[in-house]
Amino acid sequence: MTGIIAQNVGRTSGLIKAASGGGGGGVWTLIKTLTSDGSDSDLSFVNGSSDVVLDSTYPIYVFKFINIHPETDNVQFMHNASTDAGSSYNLSKITTMFEGEHSEGGGSGTLGYITGHDIAPSTSNAKFTYNVGNDNDQCISGEMWLFNPSSSTFVKNFMAVVSNTHNGNYEKNTYTAGYYNTTSDIDAIQFTFSSDEIQGGKIKMYGLKDSA
Amino acid sequence: MSGIIAQNTLDNSGLVKAPVGGGAWTFIKKLTASGDANLSFVNGTSDVVLNSTYKEYLFTFNNIHPQTDNKNFELNFSDDTGSSYAVSKATTFFRPNHSENDTYTGLNYVTGYDLGNATGVQIISQGDGNENDESCSGYMVLYDPANTTFIKHFMCQINQKAKYPETVTTFVGGFCNTTSAIDAVQFTYSSGNIDLGDICLYGLTI
Repeated sequence: MTGIIAQNVGRTSGLIKAASGGGGGGVWTLIKTLTSDGSDSDLSFVNGSSDVVLDSTYPIYVFKFINIHPETDNVQFMHNASTDAGSSYNLSKITTMFEGEHSEGGGSGTLGYITGHDIAPSTSNAKFTYNVGNDNDQCISGEMWLFNPSSSTFVKNFMAVVSNTHNGNYEKNTYTAGYYNTTSDIDAIQFTFSSDEIQGGKIKMYGLKDSA
Repeated sequence: MSGIIAQNTLDNSGLVKAPVGGGAWTFIKKLTASGDANLSFVNGTSDVVLNSTYKEYLFTFNNIHPQTDNKNFELNFSDDTGSSYAVSKATTFFRPNHSENDTYTGLNYVTGYDLGNATGVQIISQGDGNENDESCSGYMVLYDPANTTFIKHFMCQINQKAKYPETVTTFVGGFCNTTSAIDAVQFTYSSGNIDLGDICLYGLTI
């Protein structure tokens, strides 16, 4: 770049050269936003479908969960992934889960590992959190980092944190992490509740560039 | 916006309007391991910027793989552009873990891996395995390293497939207990080389 455009790099006003890869600048590229229409059995990101990129284009992907609201009270928000472009979501995985919780009434502040809601090597869905409430104002928000899903050498590490309005009127700040125990290329990921629909909210998918 | 600039919004070529407030992450440097004794980011060297240009720096770790089994992934900081890595640090270290055979889980503060105003390396992923599919991935945020008034905070979170095998997430937070500018960061294994993986450095304009 030369001239005025070069001078504007890093500026807060004026014009800059668009970043390659889209997104209008910066290393975080917005790939896709899925907004619940109020009756979604799942929200799924499949590489090559509906403009989703989930391949070696980016080394790190981040999913932002914004006000995800369940149809049914007392359900679990979960994820699973696919190596066959979404034909099946049943990868083996292992996770940890710990959380801080505190009741709206001010009692029962605790911190601990949650044995019952982690997952040992299993192809079942892995929980981000549990017992999500479905009062009109209740939902979960948070994020998940997925590392190098297209690697054919390593297992696929992920880390997530969500804030959950528990159906018993608790705040749950839940941390989960683990790995998809496969060296196959992950090309799709699916988010669901343990039963019934996602009835509100959106999930935004970003790719983090590792070059200028 | 209107006209051609509006049309270019979210495009990957041409011109776009600069982000309001400039709150954008900028890619600075990627170091890819290939049997390296260390991966070091030194301000002013090899296009690395680690100074007052940005108020916040992000290091991402992608599939860091040790040459030798059961070694600790570590870091240290420098205030003399990498001549020495021996900045005093106070840190915390805790981790949840879960074995693949489901025989144990835990959430523990690990006293032996924190530092109390010590200049040695800080472990940020403990007991990494070197099986072919094992590695650690995560990130670290370093705040305002060029500040000469305050100490320098950092926070790190890394997940790994460890040797037993098990999943372990390491949470490390702390500060460099110096008011000197931090101008270099070095990553190593406790012994043996960094066999594979990459570390990227980003800066946040605020």
